Amino acid sequence: MILSVDGVEFSYSSRPVLKDIKFEVNRGEFFSILGNNGAGKSTLLKCLNRILKPQTGTILIEKEDLFALSSREVARRLGYVAQRYESTRFTVFDAVLLGRKPHIKWGATARDLEIVRKVLAVLGLEEFSLRYLDELSGGELQKVVIARALAQEPRVLLLDEPTSNLDLKNQFEVLKTVKKAAREQNIAAVVVMHDLNLALRFADKFLLLKNRTVFACGGMEIMTPENIAGVYGVPVAVERLASIPVVVPL
Amino acid sequence: MENIPESYLKYTQRKVFIICLLVLATALLGIYAINAGSAELSPAQVLLTLLGKAEGRLNIIIWNIRLPRVVAAIVAGVGLSVAGCVMQNLLRNPLASPFTLGISQGSAFGAAVAIIALGAGSTHSTSADAVIINNPYLVNIAAFVGAMATTLVVLFLAQVRGVTPEAMVLAGVALGSLFSAATIILQFFASDVQVASIVFWTFGDIGRASWRDLEIMVVVTGAALLYFMANRWNYNALDGGEETAKGLGVDVEKVRLAGMFVASLVTAVTVSFLGIIGFIGLVGPHMMRRVLGGDHRFLIPAASVMGGLLLLASDTLARTIISPVVLPVGAITSFMGAPLFLYLLSRGYGKR
Ligand SMILES: Nc1ncnc2c1ncn2[C@@H]1O[C@H](COP(=O)(O)OP(=O)(O)OP(=O)(O)O)[C@@H](O)[C@H]1O
Ligand SMILES: [Mg+2]
Repeated sequence: MILSVDGVEFSYSSRPVLKDIKFEVNRGEFFSILGNNGAGKSTLLKCLNRILKPQTGTILIEKEDLFALSSREVARRLGYVAQRYESTRFTVFDAVLLGRKPHIKWGATARDLEIVRKVLAVLGLEEFSLRYLDELSGGELQKVVIARALAQEPRVLLLDEPTSNLDLKNQFEVLKTVKKAAREQNIAAVVVMHDLNLALRFADKFLLLKNRTVFACGGMEIMTPENIAGVYGVPVAVERLASIPVVVPL
Repeated sequence: MENIPESYLKYTQRKVFIICLLVLATALLGIYAINAGSAELSPAQVLLTLLGKAEGRLNIIIWNIRLPRVVAAIVAGVGLSVAGCVMQNLLRNPLASPFTLGISQGSAFGAAVAIIALGAGSTHSTSADAVIINNPYLVNIAAFVGAMATTLVVLFLAQVRGVTPEAMVLAGVALGSLFSAATIILQFFASDVQVASIVFWTFGDIGRASWRDLEIMVVVTGAALLYFMANRWNYNALDGGEETAKGLGVDVEKVRLAGMFVASLVTAVTVSFLGIIGFIGLVGPHMMRRVLGGDHRFLIPAASVMGGLLLLASDTLARTIISPVVLPVGAITSFMGAPLFLYLLSRGYGKR
């Protein structure tokens, strides 16, 4: 177990958004968070990264209390990609190098540069490496911020809708990269997703959020038509197509 | 080192090269500036004097008049420009500068109080110059207090509101106009000479700094530069947005408060010794951001040097354009700065 969340509650000033959230994420796991708009998925991810501080509850990362760590230690353990991000006057290489920040003492070392080079290669961003972020397309930019999180080499990757701007091929490649990173480095990826088919395809475990709390949590077995309909309020069928599970709204 | 992308290293070397060029340009302009003026010096004499190998008259002109002026222009330019650079990053607002945050107005108000209420301005006119500030230290200190008071109020209000950048900018703008109004009201009750003294003080003037003042300016600006450089990765992270920065382990509120404090301190020290010098804090950083990009590892030194170069150029122009009359350098920087700024804007800075 790499991440363990228990009894987390959060409200924005007086509006409660999360209550009694409890789940566990294991090493090597691709963990998908699902739920409708406004269910609190992004809020939950921010709590996991300590950008927001839950009013109650415990979060353990590798058995350590998240709230006892320094900001730098948190950043070394958790890499975060926000749902919204900004394009700035940084080159792609510099933007990804920024992911090394939690590890850098004074200057970027040869090793840092090498890690960045590899990540850029894996995500097919090499040709853009000296282009400014404000000269990229939406999908290219999205890949850059994911690359930054990968370069951070965290124990847990927190990705908020990482494929929302990507084309079909890039959706698959990015999620494959994330899944591979989780497997091979024995870390975990916690990914907020809207595309149920992609989630079924890549995730090992699912967390369904509804009405501010956990509706269901578990493996493939919880992705039943009843549960999905319960969360989204739309009747669906879960079928297999060429032995790949797919969700079809009815 | 075999795997590091060559092109990236080339790209960073290019930035270092540009910074070196700027340093060189500043040094050359510095020698020219020491040289320029009514004493008819030659560059060779200037160099000899700087190396300590010249006789009396030259020594006095260069060491007591020209050199302090050149050093003051460079240090002040560096301080104002780097302060602007960091403020723009911390407040995520391209218009952030000492002027838009009310610091300049606060210092002008402080100076006005010293000149009028505390009697630091002269009330009699001597033969040549009607404007005399007979207690410059009092004026300096009052201006500094005014500037820092503004800063502290801005930071305090921002802290109460949860340190949002918008809160800081708005508080700065409000305080700025408050202090401007207060200065005008003060002037209303002042004598003509006092009003002249205030106006004179408000126009930035590089020639005002003594070696003693310069020591303070150099120490404060140098320390601030070191502090900013130590935080360069934090500022880079902040450029990507607040949440990204937090995700990268930046304590955003702390970095923002401390950075704003240091940037304001540099500005306050500079302004209280030299008066108000506009636009350097905007033009310097924005020019370099266009040329070198937003990476603070290079932007901080580049914007600093650019600021020094710009102010030195402005001051040299102010001294020589209708010599022997010395125009107020604050007017020159605004005169050159505003069109330059508009040009930069028209070249698509808004893409940011
Ligand atoms: N800063 C905030 N202040 C107050 N309320 C907020 C704030 N951010 C989000 N909320 C509210 O909290 C609830 C959960 O928001 P959150 O962003 O976590 O939803 P989400 O599940 O990520 O939705 P989406 O799928 O649309 O991204 C929403 O009702 C939203 O309106
Ligand atoms: Mg969201």
